[in-house]
Amino acid sequence: MNKTKKRFTEAYLGIYGLWLLAFVVAPLLLLLIQSLNVPGQGFSLANYRDFFTSGPYLAMTVNSIWYAFLITVMTLAIAYPLALCLTKLKHRQFWLLLVILPTWINLLLKTYAFIGLLGKDGLLNRALEGIGFGSSQLLFTNGAFLLVAAYIELPFMVLPIYNALLDIDPLLPAASRDLGASSWETLKKVIWPLSMPGVKTGVQTVFIPSLSLFMITRLIGGNKVITLGTAIEEHFLVTQNWSFGSTIGVVLIIAMALTMALTNDKQKKKRGGRK
Amino acid sequence: MKKLMMALLFVFLLIALILGLQWGLSVARQQPSSQKGETLTFYNWGDYIDPSILSDFSKETGYKVNYQTFDSNEAMYTKIAQGGTNYDLAVPSDYMVAKLTKAGLLAKLDKSKLTGMDHVNPQFLNQSFERGNQYSVPYFWGTLGILYNKTKVDGSKLQNWSSIWSEQYKKRLLLVDSARDILGLTLISQGKSVNDQNKADLAAAQGKLSSLMPNVKAIVGDELKLYMAQGEADLAVTYSGEAKIAMEQNKDLAYTVPKDGSNLWLDNLVIPKKAAHKKAAYALINYLNRPDVAAKNADYIGYATPNQKAYQLLPKSVKSDKAFYPEQSILDRLQVYENFNQYWTQTYNDAFLEFKLGKS
Amino acid sequence: MKVIERFWLSFCFFLLYAPILFLVVYSFNQGETMQTFDGFSWQHYQELWADTRLLQIVLNTILLALLSSLIATVIGTIGALAIFRTQRKLLKQSLLSLNNVLLVSPDVIIGAAFLILMTALGLKMGFLTVLMAHVAFSIPIVVLMVLPKLQEMNQDLALAASDLGAKPTEVLTKVTLPVISSGIFAGFFMALTYSLDDFAVTFFVTGNGFSTLAVEVYSRARQGVSLEINALSTLMLFLAFVLVLAYYAYSQKKQGQKTKLKEKVK
Repeated sequence: MNKTKKRFTEAYLGIYGLWLLAFVVAPLLLLLIQSLNVPGQGFSLANYRDFFTSGPYLAMTVNSIWYAFLITVMTLAIAYPLALCLTKLKHRQFWLLLVILPTWINLLLKTYAFIGLLGKDGLLNRALEGIGFGSSQLLFTNGAFLLVAAYIELPFMVLPIYNALLDIDPLLPAASRDLGASSWETLKKVIWPLSMPGVKTGVQTVFIPSLSLFMITRLIGGNKVITLGTAIEEHFLVTQNWSFGSTIGVVLIIAMALTMALTNDKQKKKRGGRK
Repeated sequence: MKKLMMALLFVFLLIALILGLQWGLSVARQQPSSQKGETLTFYNWGDYIDPSILSDFSKETGYKVNYQTFDSNEAMYTKIAQGGTNYDLAVPSDYMVAKLTKAGLLAKLDKSKLTGMDHVNPQFLNQSFERGNQYSVPYFWGTLGILYNKTKVDGSKLQNWSSIWSEQYKKRLLLVDSARDILGLTLISQGKSVNDQNKADLAAAQGKLSSLMPNVKAIVGDELKLYMAQGEADLAVTYSGEAKIAMEQNKDLAYTVPKDGSNLWLDNLVIPKKAAHKKAAYALINYLNRPDVAAKNADYIGYATPNQKAYQLLPKSVKSDKAFYPEQSILDRLQVYENFNQYWTQTYNDAFLEFKLGKS
Repeated sequence: MKVIERFWLSFCFFLLYAPILFLVVYSFNQGETMQTFDGFSWQHYQELWADTRLLQIVLNTILLALLSSLIATVIGTIGALAIFRTQRKLLKQSLLSLNNVLLVSPDVIIGAAFLILMTALGLKMGFLTVLMAHVAFSIPIVVLMVLPKLQEMNQDLALAASDLGAKPTEVLTKVTLPVISSGIFAGFFMALTYSLDDFAVTFFVTGNGFSTLAVEVYSRARQGVSLEINALSTLMLFLAFVLVLAYYAYSQKKQGQKTKLKEKVK
């Protein structure tokens, strides 16, 4: 029996490995070669040297990480309670699908809608005026940028958390309450730790792509925040310096791998502790 | 497992449904030109032609047109350079024509097969990006200028580029996100050329540009017209084409080209070297050059046409619009972008990037 | 249900649907822009109906999204199983990192790399190349959605099943897959989202008459996106809504009360 299982695993690895080779490893090698192949200089580390000694690029790196962090935190803050509420609904799967539905509308179009909503005479400002606040500049602010980014990423955070919450044995929170824990304590000590795998997946699926976000920074942020995603886009599409663009890409990928390795180790220690 | 199987079945049903619809649509689409003509692939900006022109063209000539779209010159360049698709006709802007020509990606035009070239205003022929028009035929043209809200800004104060540095426009200005355009206007305001390749000049321009920052509200792309139309900012540096669209949406907007000169941009028709249906491509170029067709197209797009005869056919209100068909004295001061090499493209871009980062 | 929960749900759904509602309302605008509402009209729907080129593109887009998500879900689930069963820690970690490479790479990089690879292979750009690309960039998200489900799964379950004489295929279809099905569904829907929304990658690998809605919309940005696209989005949303409702109602009826029990198998 074990032999067949092993053969299965090998087959899985084969299929998945083939995809990895063709669509991940090969492009990755291409990227690496391109980043080292500096036009006019042949193979050299010049791009990497330029990147790590240039003020603007380092500033953009810090920007990218900082804003990806902010977006992740904001999305998590909205998504966790939402997922929690969703699990308590009667037709929860239906409501969950309603959370995903808006993501099927074209992103550019939704951004245009936000421009209309957040504008000087937009609905939000009119509503604010109605309550008595004066109208204020919303577009081109960090707040607006974060809001729209969180909007886009929300379903990617809700879904894994929701799935993790559903898997929690309903007896556990019940037991905790029976033992006299307040619902806040139950949430903190029982539900939150048990939903950790979902939160982790959510954080990954939001944080990693947010590092290279670019469109929203221009459309809603008015280029007040410039991230590495913007820089890469410019190198590929404006200056057509693919070599340097690839360099930034490689740096991003290494940074991603590092963060993953770090968070993973922590996770394991925690698990070991609990056992 | 049952749940998974059911979902799978559902997806298959949907796929079958769509295949059916696709078949139905393809049957419905066949009707206009039942002749078995060649299909030419036209690579253009999205919505950059009156669609009825294409169907009329098919009816008249029997060639079918496959309209494919791109959203930036550079992206189009990559697609044409890489191959994988045989584009028969493309619409690059001025500097990109130079770049494509230099890379040997364009087919030389056989002048004997072109009709209607004499309709084109000589002003727009033989430009520095491609002398002699051996590879390109102008499609539309325009300028870089200032779009402003008449109710908030006094247009008579916008005589030259330096006026946007004025303190009264603090936090009221939008800029188009393009290194070449913004540094170019700064160079013009200092009496230099938009194609300046002198480090000292560029450094001086960068210095002047950084003092513009207090006035800048945001640096945006295509969505600039949306922002101006909804009154988000009072003035903006942008292209005449963008300005035209914004002005149609908001009557308070006006457009002006500063007197100290500006950039003249041209979008052009070219035939890539790998084109598979050159005959059809020539037919379409000639069709688009026909005065009545060019006028119809200009009316639909709203950009300025380089076709003199077509210009004559346009409504009077359009013809006399100085903002989009400026008088000769301004036309004489317009400069076309030359294609920079990698080094200068990068230098301009880095300077602009530093400007953008120096913001907050 | 507590008041605060109700409030949060309403707030979130308001946030999610406010821009959508905005788009829907303006699809009925008599005017041409999303700035002022000049009165009710169906004109943008009529424009859409007459625009067979756009309709063709929409069908292409949906077909592509469904097919690519389906294939990506299958390969992604297999990938998650592969990563999960890998014993060596280093290999596991490398596989996971490689999996996430496509997630962190901006679309332009992926698009350009795929374009170079596919032209090197001598492929003709079109539906097939776009399908391959979409499958490729949707797989990582499926893996990320399925993998935690596998890790949470009680391993004794599979072991017990095989001890009781179940063949590996049976363990897979009767035990493993049902338990991780919520992750698989999540992966499929996220893949659908990725595919429907992708512009940059599609742009690079498309050609020869094949186009998708995202490419069309983005390339219209310079000329201004017309309300016809709003009308189209409204219709698509409505259709999606009806489908979701129908599917949900059907599955509810079929499974009845069993659902809750089944979910708790572990």
